[in-house]
Amino acid sequence: MEFTLTEKQKMLKKITRQFAEEFIVPVARESDEKQELDDTVYQKMKEMNYFGACIPEEYGGAGLHNDTIGFGIVIEEISRADAAWGITIAVHNGVAAYPIYKYGTEDQKQEFLIDLAKGNKVGAFCLTEPNAGSDAAGVRLTAVKDGDEYVLNGTKIFATSGGIAGTLLVVAKTGEKDSRKQMTVFLVDSKTPGYSVGVKEDKMGVRASNTSELVFQDVRVPEENILGGAGEGFKMAMKILDFGRIGIAAQCVGLGQAALEASIKYANERVQFNQPIGRFQAIQWKIADMAIAIESARLFTYKAAYLHDKGEQFGMASSMAKLTASEAAMQAAHGAVQIHGGYGLMKAYPVERYFRDAKMGEIYEGTSEIQRLVIANNLLRKGA
Amino acid sequence: MKIFVCVKQVPGVSEIKIDPKTNTLVREGVESVINPNDRNAIELALTLKEKHGAEVLVLSMGPPQAEEILRESIAMGADKGFLLTDRAFAGADTLATSYTLSLAIKKILKESDPEEKYLVICGAQAIDGDTGQVPPELAEELGIPQIAYVLSIELNEDKIVAERKFRAVEIVVIETKLPALISVLNDINKPRYPSMAGILKAHDNSKITYYNAQDLNADEAKIGLNGSSTEVWKIFAPERKGNRVILRGTLEEIVQQLCQNLKDDKIL
Amino acid sequence: MSILIDDELCTGCGSCVNNCPYSAIELVNNKAKILPSCNLCGACVEPCPVEAITLKRGAQKAAKVDFSQFKGVWVITEHYKNIIHNVAFQLLGKGRELSDILGVDLTFVILGANFDNELDEISKYGMDKIIYVKSPILKHYYSDLYVKVLSELIIENKPEIILIGATPTGRDFAPRIAKKLNAGLTADCTGLAINPETMNLLQTRPTFGGNIMATIRNPNSRPQMATVRPGIFKEPQKVEKKVSVKKIDYAFEEKDSVSKIIKVINTSKTHVNLEDAKIIVAGGRGVGSKEKFKLIEELADVLGAELGGSRITVELNWLDPDRQIGQTGVTVSPKLYIACGISGAVQHIVGMENSDVIVAINKDPDAPIFHIAHYGIVGDLHEILPILIEEIKTINLNKE
Repeated sequence: MEFTLTEKQKMLKKITRQFAEEFIVPVARESDEKQELDDTVYQKMKEMNYFGACIPEEYGGAGLHNDTIGFGIVIEEISRADAAWGITIAVHNGVAAYPIYKYGTEDQKQEFLIDLAKGNKVGAFCLTEPNAGSDAAGVRLTAVKDGDEYVLNGTKIFATSGGIAGTLLVVAKTGEKDSRKQMTVFLVDSKTPGYSVGVKEDKMGVRASNTSELVFQDVRVPEENILGGAGEGFKMAMKILDFGRIGIAAQCVGLGQAALEASIKYANERVQFNQPIGRFQAIQWKIADMAIAIESARLFTYKAAYLHDKGEQFGMASSMAKLTASEAAMQAAHGAVQIHGGYGLMKAYPVERYFRDAKMGEIYEGTSEIQRLVIANNLLRKGA
Repeated sequence: MKIFVCVKQVPGVSEIKIDPKTNTLVREGVESVINPNDRNAIELALTLKEKHGAEVLVLSMGPPQAEEILRESIAMGADKGFLLTDRAFAGADTLATSYTLSLAIKKILKESDPEEKYLVICGAQAIDGDTGQVPPELAEELGIPQIAYVLSIELNEDKIVAERKFRAVEIVVIETKLPALISVLNDINKPRYPSMAGILKAHDNSKITYYNAQDLNADEAKIGLNGSSTEVWKIFAPERKGNRVILRGTLEEIVQQLCQNLKDDKIL
Repeated sequence: MSILIDDELCTGCGSCVNNCPYSAIELVNNKAKILPSCNLCGACVEPCPVEAITLKRGAQKAAKVDFSQFKGVWVITEHYKNIIHNVAFQLLGKGRELSDILGVDLTFVILGANFDNELDEISKYGMDKIIYVKSPILKHYYSDLYVKVLSELIIENKPEIILIGATPTGRDFAPRIAKKLNAGLTADCTGLAINPETMNLLQTRPTFGGNIMATIRNPNSRPQMATVRPGIFKEPQKVEKKVSVKKIDYAFEEKDSVSKIIKVINTSKTHVNLEDAKIIVAGGRGVGSKEKFKLIEELADVLGAELGGSRITVELNWLDPDRQIGQTGVTVSPKLYIACGISGAVQHIVGMENSDVIVAINKDPDAPIFHIAHYGIVGDLHEILPILIEEIKTINLNKE
């Protein structure tokens, strides 16, 4: 067992941190208020190759496809600056670009992957519907075969980056019977006639990240845009989400780290009763607990990433990581606001944003309850 | 053409200070970084490479850990890194440092094409020592002209025309011939960040060469502590004077007191 | 060549650990131990109370120089548009002090084209000798010509101490000369003294961005060279005294330099002269905006003062770059310095702490600027300055 980062990973961490502090931190509050990602940052992120983080160079990526820990570190550092950018990059890579690299045909990679990896287009994974949230099998968006095309009809909601995406991975139902075996993932270009962006959600946290309703009205998609085979959609979607959760876990670790660092800084600076409040045990315990929670989550996240790269089963580990990390981030953000007292409630300090952002993590990409369910089912199925 | 860039690993400076009460060094969270001016030097070399075509070679003298800044330079786009590392180099002042760097440059030139034209770019000064003496001394050791504090540069065959900061408000435009050395401040450009792909490529081990004193055939009397004419006698916290009279009262009273004091001090 | 700790003598007091800038010493079993990260800088030697640490040089050190051959203190000047840089006169003040302690002559060295008529005036600054190297081309500064001429002069005359202004020009030619002569050179000094025991020059300078001061000596080489930061030492009182002038005509041509000066560009919009200002009013981040800087300007106007600012005000484009005071700007030492809304980061302080009287106005009572201020006002500058401006106007009227 080896707990040290490789030299590559250390440099990724250092450079991403410097980059994020220079470019992302200064506009994070403004982006949160405007509910929009900053375009200058977008261009810089493109140059840095963050949109192709876990895609090989031959498809325009940075080359972390074999180094998911490195990928996690990048997401962590971006999220430490702004969790909205963290979720955007995590989702784009984890559940849009990477699945095309892993399951796509060479033609699909040429057509869709390169633009995603270079950041020319943003990707979105579209599963959730009004009646299919935690129950992913309840998808109602239909894809009906017509010659060598499929015709998509239905609505997706809560799609991360949906409103700004140029390439969509759409989970559709291609048959009537057992829905799990009748689901298919389609690659859809946002310029396809019949596709439109509906309501943009006004959210509590990660407000700069786009979340939108997506409407499909007789959207005709050629058969070759099926990702990974017709009827394979459900199984594949679950695997995609297994991987995606590592990114989300990393996002939560980064956010929690930001909350912890803000708390330490404030506890050292803020003087009450003639001493820095960090001298009070009540504050010390909080900070210790926050640090423990975040470090545990970080180790869980790296472990899931490690298993993935070793080609081993990592689904349960990624559920554990995502659950631990989202709860650690919430705990840290909660503690951070409390430590900041009245100032913690004010927009002038970032911790109120961390608090709102952290709550999102416990809900999206599988609620805490669903993660516990996945973990328990996994264990019970195996037996003692 | 070859462009040599000399870089130094330095502690992030704003955090290192002396606690005036205990007279001890405080090094909270000090992380080693590429000296800021040296990053400008790398950026300039890469810009010239993109425009004119050149091989960008980055040199650093330092402990083995300094390898990290060479990797970062390569991640930014430099072609190769050379780490001059040996216990015998330790304790070098600027005279010994410039001698050692010059040996490496001469060796690299000799082993490729001695007739090839070259340019040396240095950061004007390092944030730990702030001496700014290595670039001119290196130029002297190599026997080539130098232009310090360069704000912009035009390369034309074997000539360079550079704008040099001369006084606070004056710039001199100077022309000189290659080979030459220039030094740059942070106002010349904005250094790029290494891209992720660059970072991953920078860890290819064939890109870094290590030289010790023997490899460079260095004269032992001229390197490290032996080759240094200056030595640190002591270090201490900056003394802060000022008699710290805080003026109190209403705003009018404060202003009255201040003016009276300044009159007493024969300033007003 | 190495650093040695005598375990017999070491008491484990930890003074060396605390003084090591590279974190390269630790205490093991209550004895100091040198780690591989040691840079042999020697900063630990002096602080050891029991002299347990020695810095050992190798036997091959270049042949020992005969110090007795080296005598005298030199100040080398630069000039622009035939005006001698102020720092040279400041150095003549300090140089006089040093040469009196050593009991040697003080020499002023000028490389120029048109100083014949100025020499009488220049000779009032307390030197014993002037060496004036004259050549039409020396109207301008040429790096290689300065190095050539000065190296020859130094080899011939063997001064023991050479002081040069730490200007972009001084810091350009001084290192090349030091290299040629294999002489120790200390950059950007803010303090100079003679060690009474060894009669060596002790050169003190800020390092690590002004957070640490280091005193440097050159125990094994001559001459001892230093570049000295402008604005640190005061110009001496002018005196009438007999000065011997040695004029050397040099027949340089433009082709003698590998470099060619094409032109000189003046980038200033206005004429800013912070270095010579008697009063400076400076603003920092606390001023709030470019518009609000007008208030600072108004105060400067009524005081007949020059306007300056901290680095951030220049970065935010509230002020022109030539008005920046501090580590990366100009160093100043006026009679009065009024710091408005400047918190007092060390990088700013090193540029103005030699002012005779410092007034600080800041909202934050804990701002470090108050530690160096002679008069501090805790409060909002936007309320205080208007009142102060009126008061000064009244004083001005009464004067008339």
